[in-house]
Amino acid sequence: MRWQPAGTDDHVAGVPARFVAAPASTEEASEVLRAAAAEDLAVVVRGGGTKLGWGPPPRRLDLIVDTHRLTGVVEHAAGDLITVLRAGTRLSDLDFGSQQLALDSPLPGATVGGSVAVNVSGPRRMLYGTARDLLIGITVVRPGGTVAHSGGKVVKNVAGYDLGKLFTGSYGTLGLITECAFRLHPVPPARAVVTRTVPTAGVGALLAAVRDEQIVPSAVEVDRPPEGEVTVAVLVEGTAEGVRDRAARLEKVLGGQSGDLPSWWGAYPWQPGGTGLKLTAALSKVPDLVEAAGETGIRGSAGTGVLYAPVTGDVPRIVERLRAEAVRAGGHAVVLTAPAEVGQAVDMWGPVPGLDLMRRVKDQFDPGHHFAPGRFVGGI
Amino acid sequence: MTSLDELAAGLRTALGADRVVSDRVELRTYECDGLAHYKVTPGLVVLPRDAAECARTVAGCVAAGVPFVARGSGTGLSGGALPHADGVLIVTAKMRDILEVAPADERAVVQPGVINLQVSRAAAAHGYYYAPDPSSQQICSIGGNVAENSGGAHCLKYGFTTNHVLGAEIVTPDGDLVELGGRAPDTPGYDLLGAFVGSEGTLGIATRVTVRLTRLPESVRTLLAAFATTDAAGAATSAIIAAGVVPAAVEMMDALAIEAAEAAVACGYPPGAGAVLIVELDGPAAEVAAQFAQVTALCEANGATELRIAADDAERALFWKGRKSAFAAVGRISPDYIVQDGVIPRTALPEVLHRIGEVASAHGVRVANVFHAGDGNLHPLVLFDAATDGEAERAEEVSGAIIDLCIEYGGSITGEHGVGTDKAKYMPRMFTDDDLVTMQLLRCAFDPAGLANPGKIFPTPRLCGEVPRRHSAADAPAAAEIF
Ligand SMILES: Cc1cc2nc3c(=O)[nH]c(=O)nc-3n(C[C@H](O)[C@H](O)[C@H](O)COP(=O)(O)OP(=O)(O)OC[C@H]3O[C@@H](n4cnc5c(N)ncnc54)[C@H](O)[C@@H]3O)c2cc1C
Ligand SMILES: Cc1cc2nc3c(=O)[nH]c(=O)nc-3n(C[C@H](O)[C@H](O)[C@H](O)COP(=O)(O)OP(=O)(O)OC[C@H]3O[C@@H](n4cnc5c(N)ncnc54)[C@H](O)[C@@H]3O)c2cc1C
Repeated sequence: MRWQPAGTDDHVAGVPARFVAAPASTEEASEVLRAAAAEDLAVVVRGGGTKLGWGPPPRRLDLIVDTHRLTGVVEHAAGDLITVLRAGTRLSDLDFGSQQLALDSPLPGATVGGSVAVNVSGPRRMLYGTARDLLIGITVVRPGGTVAHSGGKVVKNVAGYDLGKLFTGSYGTLGLITECAFRLHPVPPARAVVTRTVPTAGVGALLAAVRDEQIVPSAVEVDRPPEGEVTVAVLVEGTAEGVRDRAARLEKVLGGQSGDLPSWWGAYPWQPGGTGLKLTAALSKVPDLVEAAGETGIRGSAGTGVLYAPVTGDVPRIVERLRAEAVRAGGHAVVLTAPAEVGQAVDMWGPVPGLDLMRRVKDQFDPGHHFAPGRFVGGI
Repeated sequence: MTSLDELAAGLRTALGADRVVSDRVELRTYECDGLAHYKVTPGLVVLPRDAAECARTVAGCVAAGVPFVARGSGTGLSGGALPHADGVLIVTAKMRDILEVAPADERAVVQPGVINLQVSRAAAAHGYYYAPDPSSQQICSIGGNVAENSGGAHCLKYGFTTNHVLGAEIVTPDGDLVELGGRAPDTPGYDLLGAFVGSEGTLGIATRVTVRLTRLPESVRTLLAAFATTDAAGAATSAIIAAGVVPAAVEMMDALAIEAAEAAVACGYPPGAGAVLIVELDGPAAEVAAQFAQVTALCEANGATELRIAADDAERALFWKGRKSAFAAVGRISPDYIVQDGVIPRTALPEVLHRIGEVASAHGVRVANVFHAGDGNLHPLVLFDAATDGEAERAEEVSGAIIDLCIEYGGSITGEHGVGTDKAKYMPRMFTDDDLVTMQLLRCAFDPAGLANPGKIFPTPRLCGEVPRRHSAADAPAAAEIF
């Protein structure tokens, strides 16, 4: 198992690759990475390629390891509410019947490995957590080809270090993820969404009122388009009886209506090819961020303090302003995606605490800096 | 003067004499944690008051080249806080301030020595609680919980410590203070906090922890169901999960565990039951009411011989009393016992329980089973009498065989008590050499000198930067020879 010459589409954030390899198993992937190390190749992993442009371009690139053959459900143990998936499997291809992998359906084409590698999340993270919380075991191939596992197939397990957490959100800089074990959740029989649109100044009171109720929402989302008022949308899931009761209470608390999921639900608020910012805040400060976003517009999980904003116009200035707001709110601002010229003009990651330790982790796992060099925080 | 004496003198000057313990008799009080058959008297005990003192202590250890071990409340059951004779035990008992309770942020910020239950107590006034609830919650510390990634009866639904910790300030094994995570989720960069949680004190010492608070449930309903056999109770558990219900807790006790609980606290469980289940649902009232009816029907359909529904908080407490006191209660029916902690896939419960029974009777010892059925976390209590020749050894063999069963069925050697000193030897049965070496990479990033709680978790620690090699028995940490 070796690599093919790269084609014209085989580039990462504008940097062309020389070769592409598509291993179909962990063993093949190990062989590829062993050979790549022997030849000193710089590697970037590609899943569905839906967000390969996230993060700065690689400093150097020789080989793309593509996971489109590394697919399939290795195991679905329904009685144990777990599944083991190969990394290249598309999330949209998964069907567990009355059970679900409770990661919000991202763009069509997104893979398990890619979603874990960037730790994407959608509205329902409020109830179910993110990939980091649902991942219970992981198999990776380290730069150099060594295969390693951590965790396992049982939900409760504290043997050894939780390397799954380390690889989640590592943007492919520590190695290739080949298999992931996840905990599953039952698909709830019923759901309801209650929405209410108010002027910005009213958002804080609405969010506090929802927080005060004991109705356990699956998601509390806000959407503020560049012009106009803010919509608050609350999702509840459960039994038919329970959902009816909870929706009725929410209608009262919000002064809103039950209806369908709004069209903007779970979608990023920016245009393809545009600049997208991820902003986080302590919960009580979410209204401040919504206010601060002004004409930019903002959308996301008010229930967890994770929001997304499109940025147009004077991008560096707006990013700097919103980043300052996010830091004031106890959080961070990261430019997830940006056209190349914008990416060069802004600090995509912003300040990162613990950077020295992170560099040491990178040095241990990838001493030659062969994996996605330059794509991660602090130039890692 | 040894390096420890010099260190003690330096720390007395820097932190004050009352922070440093070197009296042999006083040191003896720290010689073990909840797992009393490993004992080592620490070389020195230091009780810092805050993060700066903690960092100063670690820096002193680094300069002197001596190992250090963090200790919270010492309730660990795997010998994680076992001291080193030539090292420093850093005890967080004087770091017990709840620094902040912020219900509007659904967060609390606490010092590491704060007792788990105190966080819920402080949050209750605001309508919140801290969800991870180890059975030891009245005495164990948040720092210990973070180090062990502790869980409790309710983690089937609510997850473990790792799902409820947002941020931590730590002293790295170099003596630096570093912030991991924060008040908001998804801090950019590697999830070092996620890696730190559950690292059993080998990656540094947590000096301040930001935890997530959870809204108190509107309604809690608890069911006690008796069954003729553990098989029937297991089938009922599976049926509940298959119906798409995720209870807050599903706990099982077998006949021997019930007998012990009755002897100790007279909890009045249905007489003659081969097994009981405690099933608890919590959440919005209408939701809980609907699911509770479903769960009750499923227990009936799966052969429950008796069903009791807690009418009020007092009755609910009585149901739990038997379960929560089971560990200690076993002392009433056996002079000695080993608490084992292993995990299997839930669906394998009936088969594994049978095999545990077979192993036990083949060795002529009794095993009482009390466990978290919902997530397959077994806590077999292996009963023995140390006064009877050879019984302790046989109990130890049974206890080990149970761990082998957990591995055979694709489970884990520990679900909540950690690897510590006790289970390091089992790690190579669950993980390959490459897995273990890969975990060591993380260790080397945090602790190149190998001073943070050495000898725990990993059977054959290697020096960072050294080519991995097999260590001979002579290299094993001192603690391994105590047992
Ligand atoms: C609710 C929701 C809505 C979303 N909406 C949008 C949207 O509107 N627009 C949008 O652009 N995105 C959106 N996303 C995000 C998108 O789905 C993710 O970017 C996607 O999950 C990435 O998967 P991928 O397979 O395409 O990865 P890729 O884009 O191929 O790779 C992403 C990163 O992961 C690394 N990687 C991939 N596979 C592996 C592996 N096996 N091992 C190690 N590293 C790996 C890559 O090197 C790269 O750094 C959304 C996500 C969610 C949850
Ligand atoms: C009766 C009983 C019931 C129990 N039930 C449960 C249960 O249901 N679930 C469960 O998970 N556990 C349970 N335990 C085990 C134990 O209570 C937990 O592991 C607890 O988290 C240990 O906390 P501690 O403060 O006592 O830690 P200690 O025993 O003092 O230390 C445990 C480990 O944590 C490290 N440590 C302590 N403080 C810090 C710190 N600040 N920073 C870094 N490392 C630190 C130590 O070095 C050691 O490795 C039980 C124990 C008993 C005795």
